[in-house]
Formats: sequence, C-alpha cells, structure tokens
Amino acid sequence: MIHFDKVSKIYSDSSIALEEVNLSIEPNEFVSIVGHSGAGKTTLLKMLLAEDRPTKGRVFLESVDIHSLRKNEVALYRRRIGVVFQDFRLLPHKTVFENVSFAMEAAGRTDEEISSDVPYVLELVDLGKKLWSFPHELSGGEKQRVAIARAIVNQPDIVIADEPTGNLDPINTFEIVQILKKINDLGTMVILTTHNKGVIDSLGKRVISMEQGKIIRDSKEGRYVL
Amino acid sequence: MFWVNIKRTIKSGLFNFFRNSFVSLSSVLVMAVTLFVIGSMFFLGAMLNSTLETLKDKVDIRVTFVTDAEEERILEIKNTIENLPEVEFVVYTSREESLERFTERHGDDQLILQALEELGENPLGASLNIKAKEPSQYESVANFLQNSDFLSSSGVSIIDKINFFQNKTAIDTLSNIIDSAEKLGLLAMTILIVMSILITFNTIRLVIYISREEISVMKLVGASSSFIKGPFVVSGIIYGISAAILSIILFFPATFWAADATRRFFVEFNVFDYYLANFIQIALILILAGIAIGAVSSYLAASRYLRNSY
Repeated sequence: MIHFDKVSKIYSDSSIALEEVNLSIEPNEFVSIVGHSGAGKTTLLKMLLAEDRPTKGRVFLESVDIHSLRKNEVALYRRRIGVVFQDFRLLPHKTVFENVSFAMEAAGRTDEEISSDVPYVLELVDLGKKLWSFPHELSGGEKQRVAIARAIVNQPDIVIADEPTGNLDPINTFEIVQILKKINDLGTMVILTTHNKGVIDSLGKRVISMEQGKIIRDSKEGRYVL
Repeated sequence: MFWVNIKRTIKSGLFNFFRNSFVSLSSVLVMAVTLFVIGSMFFLGAMLNSTLETLKDKVDIRVTFVTDAEEERILEIKNTIENLPEVEFVVYTSREESLERFTERHGDDQLILQALEELGENPLGASLNIKAKEPSQYESVANFLQNSDFLSSSGVSIIDKINFFQNKTAIDTLSNIIDSAEKLGLLAMTILIVMSILITFNTIRLVIYISREEISVMKLVGASSSFIKGPFVVSGIIYGISAAILSIILFFPATFWAADATRRFFVEFNVFDYYLANFIQIALILILAGIAIGAVSSYLAASRYLRNSY
C-alpha cells in the first residue's frame, strides 16, 4: 500500500507544487490522476519514485518512509516500480530486445532469466516479431508498448504511467489502456496520469482530480471532471 | 553473478568508448601527452644518473711526486697505500711515462713542445693514481695522504701535490644539478598528471552528459550506482591503455632521434638502447599510470554526476 501523509512540495512562496496531500492507494488498485498542466500530477509521481524529496510530509510504501532510504536502498526500491512516460524514453541505439533486457541487467538478473523473460514480455505486448528493430523503426504505439514491456519485465508491484497516451492516436491509445488494464488484472497496482477524457470514462476506475497542488476530488469508479 | 556483472560492465564500457569516438580520441591524446612527459622524465633521470656514474668512475686521487723523488721510495709508498682497506688499486706512472703522455696529448701544440724542448729536462714528476672501493672513501684516503709525511731518504717531503679536491667540487656540483633536476621533473610531472586528470575528468563528464538519458533510465529501473559508474570507469581505463600504447609507440622514433643528440652531451649514454633494454619496465609503468589516471578521473566524474542528481 502507498500512503502520502500531508505531503507538500514548495519551491518558493509563489510556486507550490503540492500542498498537504493525503492519499492512500491499495495494492491491486487502478488509479487515474487527472488535472490541468501544473496541477501537481508529475510532482506527485516524482515523490513516489524518490526522484525528488517533499518539503514537508512523508511518503510510505507499506511501512517504509521512502525518503529515508539510503541511495542503494532507493535503487532496490525502484526495482519494485515500473515507469512508462509520454515520450517513451527508449534508448535509441539499442534494439527492442536490448531496451527491455537493459532493465533486467540493471536489476542484476541472470542471462538465462533475460533470454527467457524478454521475449515472453514482448510477446505479451504483441511485439514478438520486432525484437531486433531499433526504436526509430517503430510507430508511436509500438514504442510505448516497448516502454511498457520494460516497465513490467522485472515484475514490479507498481506500474506508473505518466501520460502514456499523450503522443498516440485513438487506436493506439485504446491498445495501451487495454494493456495497462491487463497488467492491473494480473494483480499489479497501476497509477495513470492522463488528459484523455475518453480513457478515464471508459476505465470506470478510481479517479483523483488535482488542482493547484491539492486533491480536489477522489471518487471510486469516477469520470473525468475538472 | 559477479562475473556476469563484470562482463556487462566491460561490454558497456567498450560500447561507450567507441560510440563517443571523437570525445574518446581527444581524451586519449591528452593522456598520451602526459604519459609521454612521464616517460621522458625517466629517460632524463637515467641519462643524468648515467653521466654521474661515469664521472664518478673517472674520479681518483692523483699523487704527484717531486721530480727528484726516488723511484724506490715511491714504490714503497705505493705498497703502503695499497694496504689501506679502502683502496682498490694503485697505478704507478713513472716520470718518463708522464712525459710521453704529455707530449702525446699536446702533439699538435708546437708552442708547448718547443717550451719543453728548451727546458732540456723532464719537468714532470712520477705519480700514483689511487682508486678507492667506494667514492665516499676518497676523503679519508686523501686525509691519510695529507697527514702522513712521506719523506725522501734525505728527509724532504717528496709529494708535490694531491689532486683530489678539484674533482670533488665538480662531482658535488653535478650531484646538486641532478638533485634539482629531479625535483623540478617531479614537480612538472605532478602538475601534468593533475592537468591530465582534470581534462580526462571533464571529457568523461561530457560522455556522461551525452549519456544522461541512459543514466536517468538506468536509475529509474533501479540500477545500483556501481552499475551506472562501472562502464564509465571501464571507458576511462580504455582511454588510459590506448594513451599508454600510443606513447610507447611514439617513444621509438623519439628516442631514436634523441639518441644522436644526447650522445653528444651525455657520456656514453644511448637513450634508444636504454629504451630497448628497459622496454618492459617502461611500458608497464606507462600502462599502469594510464590506467590509474583514466580510472581515477572517470570515477570522480561519474560520482560527481550521481551525487548531484537525486
């Protein structure tokens, strides 16, 4: 379980990214976070990824305050989280296979595990035939599926998708959302941020709305309302 | 798992090296210059030391006797000196031999030969050249000679002069010069090594900057800091080895050329022969220095980058 305990991120008096955010997310939950640009969605995710420290408050995964972890513990903690970005963040000089195996190497997995898991995960996202393609040879939807494969290959407890459909057309958007739903059905917590009303409305899952660094609405089976 | 990690680190270090080939080249060149200077310091040190040794070898004590000293008495003195524990050997040069060598040496100088002829008799005394076992023992031998009265049968001192202290000044001066040259060389070497580490450090920072996207992805997927730093350190080591190989190759033409020039200044020292004779030792020192400079600077650069990013 994730718990945000009165978390604030204040850059200056006129720039408050998060203000006294209280939030709990259960394992197996699928949560969408919506809000205008600058509402604090990305800052919230950065806190969760231990990429940035809160000015006040604490963030817990289970009973561990993640900002009290030492550097090597942060690395281990991040192996429990898979991240997908709007801009994919694939390594351009590595093939599809290498982009995914790279995450397993970083997590210290053996060569045997890599050669069995990577093709399996890529098959799951329907890229079994593109193992040796480079990112520039792929469409936007395919790139995002590689990114998802990389995020889930280490079997994380949490998958964070930061506007994963922002650069995709409706068909690819639909496919990506279906994959995220499937990941959630298999028991992984999914946290999604998006501007796409259609996506939120079709999901019928928990929706958290943010505005000016605060949570203004938190509804189960919510819809996109701002 | 340990070997798997080592293999992956080396592989990705090699990859970094070749991907950023232009940046790598500049780093290798800078390091090669440093290593070249470090190597040159060795050669200079060896040259100066060899010169000092040659000169020290030429040092002896020369006791010149008055012209009317009896040969028998001189040979007696020779025996006494030979029995001193510090003395290696003593060579006797008779008056005639002295004259012969003198005329031989000044064969071209008509003026001197004429003057000699006008004198009518041999103006040179017999002499003893004393070689001590250790250079440091000359002082005590010289003192012994000065303090003992070697008299002729008629009771007059037969020693004309003891030629030691002039040589001693020359040797002391040379030792001082070598000492300062070594200190200066060490200073220059230190400054160059620091410069090289700084430049390599900045080059690796550039490589890290080029790879920042990759590093941010590595961090997000939970790579440990050693997993991130390792490949950069490997690249640094490859820079060092390449630079060492480059400077080892450059030393062949450089020492070959320098051999001619140095032979004129330094007694019996051929820098090219010295390089060939000590090749393994010099090559090993250059390679180890290159590895150390490369590894240290890249480790510092990677650590600094990772420390500044949360």
